[in-house]
Amino acid sequence: MLDVDSQKPPKGKWSTPPFDPRFPNQNQTRNCYQNFLDYHRCVKRMSRRGKSAQPCEYYFRVFHSLCPRSWVSRPRGRRRPAGGARVEGPVQLSRRPPPPRPPAPPQVQRWTEQIQEGTFAGKI
Amino acid sequence: MAYPFQLGLQDATSPIMEELLHFHDHALMIVFLISSLVLYIISLMLTTKLTHTSTMDAQEVETVWTILPAIILILIALPSLRILYMMDEINNPSLTVKTMGHQWYWSYEYTDYEDLNFDSYMIPTQELKPGELRLLEVDNRVVLPMEMTIRMLISSEDVLHSWAVPSLGLKTDAIPGRLNQTTLMAMRPGLYYGQCSEICGSNHSFMPIVLEMVPLSYFETWSALMV
Repeated sequence: MLDVDSQKPPKGKWSTPPFDPRFPNQNQTRNCYQNFLDYHRCVKRMSRRGKSAQPCEYYFRVFHSLCPRSWVSRPRGRRRPAGGARVEGPVQLSRRPPPPRPPAPPQVQRWTEQIQEGTFAGKI
Repeated sequence: MAYPFQLGLQDATSPIMEELLHFHDHALMIVFLISSLVLYIISLMLTTKLTHTSTMDAQEVETVWTILPAIILILIALPSLRILYMMDEINNPSLTVKTMGHQWYWSYEYTDYEDLNFDSYMIPTQELKPGELRLLEVDNRVVLPMEMTIRMLISSEDVLHSWAVPSLGLKTDAIPGRLNQTTLMAMRPGLYYGQCSEICGSNHSFMPIVLEMVPLSYFETWSALMV
């Protein structure tokens, strides 16, 4: 199975997930989850047949755009502007380190870790 | 943003908010007309010496004050429903941005291309620069391209929050475990402020939202720098 973390969307004509008529309303939870499931099912079946998982890339891009990172995998640390430098221009970048945060509560396992540990509730 | 002694809504930045503003004026005008009519009639009733103690029926006036309110209600309902359906129109967004509510800050994720994410904390009052707005400024603003349809996906990492930007007519609840979608479209550049709109603990009043709408080229420069 392809590692989700290493699969970046390649440079192409991808803009953003299009309107999906299966999920026309405000609640897009299922849209994110369904594409996540579809991606893993696609990868599993393609690899079982010995074919390339390239057609599965669409599902990856959709759930990568829609799903909050914290639902999918453990974040790899806070992103900062490169070098923390102030840049002249119309935009004011971060000018102070964030205040110290209280210790995080125990996290719910993310989907990717659940899949790796075999505790994922969905059917792939 | 709000200004001192403000009476009405903030200036509209999105087409939907413009519609809402006009609808608000329309409905408020009806309210004022009815209130002044009722007040006038009450004043007439209280200042006359005429009496009439043998009223048996009043079919004509009963008919009028049944039909007329029904017409007025229709005149309010039709524009209201028009705007309601306009908000649900299918549009194809050009960008998707996710925002997660935390206690007590917002975090933003732009993951269409590269993985860009950052937290947005309120600037404490003691650290404000001259001219900045108390309880409204943040360290990292949400920079977005203007005149483009943007899909906003809103959720929460802990308790209920609500992501609101009055100038764009947006308010969407941030519910843990649920992904709520709203559509954002700003017709002009500028800074647009909002505040958390669902009670979420002690610092509920201190987690504002600031949108910085810029031309697309500025947005591309900014996002390339932030990644």
